[in-house]
Amino acid sequence: MASRLVRHHLFWPLCVLAALLLFNLLYSPDFFSIVVRNGNLYGSLIDILNFGAPLMMVSIGMTLVIATGGIDLSVGSIVAISGAMACLTISKSSDQSSLPLVFGAVLASIALSLVLGLWNGALVAAARIQPIIATLILMVAGRGIAQLITSGQIITVSSDLYEYIGAGSLASLPFSIFLVAAVLIAASLLTRKTALGLFIESVGSNARASRLAGLRSNTVILSVYVFCGLCAGIAGLILSSNVSSADGNNAGLWYELDAILAVVIGGTSLSGGRFYLMGTVIGALIIQTLTTTIYMIGVPPEITLVVKAFVVLAVCLIQSESFRKSIAFRWAKRKYPAEQEAARHVS
Amino acid sequence: MKSKKKWGSGLALAALIALTAACGNNGNNASNSGGDASSAPPASESSSASPSASPSAGASSEAPAGKTITLGFAQVGAESGWRTANTKSIQDSAKNAGFELKFSDAQQKQENQIKAIRSFIQQKVDVIAFSPVVESGWDTVLKEAKDAGIPVILTDRAVDSKDTTLYKTFIGSDFVEEGKKAGQWLVDKYKDASEDVNIVELQGTTGSAPANDRKAGFQEVIASNPHLKIIASQTGDFTRAKGKEVMQAFLKAHKDIDVLYAHNDDMALGAIQAIEAAGLKPGEDIVIISVDAVKDGMTAASEGKINFIVECNPLLGPQLMEAVQAVVDGKEIEPRIVTKETTFTSEQAKEALPSREY
Repeated sequence: MASRLVRHHLFWPLCVLAALLLFNLLYSPDFFSIVVRNGNLYGSLIDILNFGAPLMMVSIGMTLVIATGGIDLSVGSIVAISGAMACLTISKSSDQSSLPLVFGAVLASIALSLVLGLWNGALVAAARIQPIIATLILMVAGRGIAQLITSGQIITVSSDLYEYIGAGSLASLPFSIFLVAAVLIAASLLTRKTALGLFIESVGSNARASRLAGLRSNTVILSVYVFCGLCAGIAGLILSSNVSSADGNNAGLWYELDAILAVVIGGTSLSGGRFYLMGTVIGALIIQTLTTTIYMIGVPPEITLVVKAFVVLAVCLIQSESFRKSIAFRWAKRKYPAEQEAARHVS
Repeated sequence: MKSKKKWGSGLALAALIALTAACGNNGNNASNSGGDASSAPPASESSSASPSASPSAGASSEAPAGKTITLGFAQVGAESGWRTANTKSIQDSAKNAGFELKFSDAQQKQENQIKAIRSFIQQKVDVIAFSPVVESGWDTVLKEAKDAGIPVILTDRAVDSKDTTLYKTFIGSDFVEEGKKAGQWLVDKYKDASEDVNIVELQGTTGSAPANDRKAGFQEVIASNPHLKIIASQTGDFTRAKGKEVMQAFLKAHKDIDVLYAHNDDMALGAIQAIEAAGLKPGEDIVIISVDAVKDGMTAASEGKINFIVECNPLLGPQLMEAVQAVVDGKEIEPRIVTKETTFTSEQAKEALPSREY
C-alpha cells in the first residue's frame, strides 16, 4: 500500500509542495491564517492561488503540447498580446464598464489567441517545422505585436467589470481560480473520459506510427496548439485585469519557461507521451508558493534567483527516479531495475 | 491526402514568406540609416565642415553659421511611456532648434545601436547622441566616432568606459539624487517620530543603475534618523504586476507597515491595488513615496494615493539641443549635465496634472 502511494505520480510533487508550505508555517505561524475581509477570504494561501492562476492556466495548455512531443515557447507573448488587445478595446470606449464592451473585448482577445494558437499548430502540423523553432517565431514576433497594439505604452483601464476577471471574487474566492478549475476540468474530461487523451499520448510517443494506425496526428497536434493558445489568452486576460493595465513589454515575460518547469515538475516528460494535468497544476503551485515564500521571508533580491535555482534543483533531483534510486540503494534492499520498471507500469 | 499535402506546402510557403519578410524588415530597420548612408553623404557633406579635423579641435573649428546642424540620435527602443515621452521630446526640440535629426531605434539591442552609430559616422553627422542600451562594450565604436572627429553625447544612461574623452557629456537624471530627495521628504515628515517607522521598499530590476542608485541615495539620507527602518526590500522589476504581488506578500509578512518606497510609479500603482485589497487606505494608512511622475502615477498622487513623487524627467530634448549647439560652437561644456527635475506632493500633483506632457 505504502509503496503504491510512493509510486503515485503525484506523490513527489505533493511532498515538495507540502514541504514548502511546512517551511512557511514554521517561519511565520500565521501563514495559513485566512480571514474574511470585505466579504472575501484573505490570506497568503489565497494569494498563491490568485497569482498562480495565470501560470496554472498556461501550464495546463503547455502540458498537452508537451505530451504530443512538442513545446510552445510563444505562450508568454500570447499572454501579452491578449491582455493588450482587451485593454486597448476597453480603453477606447467612454463607458468602460459596460457589459457588451467588456464581453466583446474578452471575446476578441480569445479569438485572437485562438488564431495565434492555430498559427503555431499549422506551422508544426502542416508545415512540419520543429515545434521549438515554429513557436520561437511567435515568441519573438509576439512581443512586437503586443507593443504594436499598445504602441509601447502601458494601457490603463478603469473597468470594474474587466477587473473582475483577475481581481474579483466569487463565493469569497478569487474568480480566476474558477476559470482555472473550469479549464482544468474541461481538459481532464476531454482527455480522460474520451479517447482524445490516448490520441495525444499516442501521437507524443510516436506520431508516425499513430498516423499509420489510423490516427489523424496532424489534427491532434493542431488542436493542442490551439488549446494552448486559448489557455495563454485566458491567462493574459487574468494577468492584465489583475492590475487593470496592459504592458506589452513585461506581461507574461518568461512565462513559457515557468510553464515548462511546472509541466516537468508535474511529472510529464519533455519527450512526449504520458502527461499529468494535476501534476502540472501542482507544479505551478510549487513555483508560485516558492515565489511567495521568497517575498515573505525577505530573501535579498540579489540572491533570489540563486535560492530559486537551488529549490528547483532539489525538486528535480527528488523527482528523478534514478537519483532517488541511487540514494535509496545505500540503505534499501536491492531491487532489480527491470522488475521495478515492470511494477511501475502495472500500477 | 493530396490536397492536404498541398495545404502543407502552401503553409510552409506562407511561413517562409512571413519569415523572410520579417528578416527583410529587420534588416531594413537596423540598416535604415545605413541605407541612407549611400545617398546621404553628398547631401550632408555640405553641412558638416572639415571632417578631417582632429577630435579635440574638431568641435571648435566646425559649425559655420547658417548651416544646418545634423544630429544622429540612437534611441534604446520603445519600452515604456517614459521612453516614448523621451523620444518625442528629442524629436520636437530638434525641430524647434532647427537641427536635422537622424533618428534610429535600436529595439533594445546593442548591436543595432552600434550599427546605427557607425552609419552616423559614415554620414558624417555633426553630433551623435545616444542612450546606451547597456553600460559596457562601447569603447570601439566610440573610438571610431572620436577618430572621425564627431563629438558624442550620452543621454539618460551612462557607459562604463574608463576613457572619458570618448564622449563630451552625459545628460541625464541623477538617480542617487532622486533617492535622496525621496529620503529627505520622509526624514522631514517623521522628524518628530518617537516610535519606529517601518518602511518597505520595492526595488527596480535587480542590478540596474536606477534601482541601485535610488536605493543607495534613499538609505543614505534616512540613516540620519534611527527611527526610520527598512524592514523589507524586494525587487518588483519595475512592473505593476510584480509590484502588486510583492506588496501583497509584504502585507502578509509584516503587520505594521508605515511607509512604502517604490523605485517607480508602476510598482507603486500595483502596490496601491494590493493595499486596497488588504482593506487599507493607500496614502493614509501607508504613506507612499515613488519616483518617475508618469501620468498614471501623477493621477494617483492627485487622488492622494501617492504622497510624494520624485520626478525623473524624460523631457531632456531642450537640454540636449543646448548641449549640441554648445559642442558645435566649440564651447566647453560640463561633463555631467543633470536634467531639471522636481518633486510633487499630492497637492502639487493635483495642480500640475493638467499640464503634464507624459
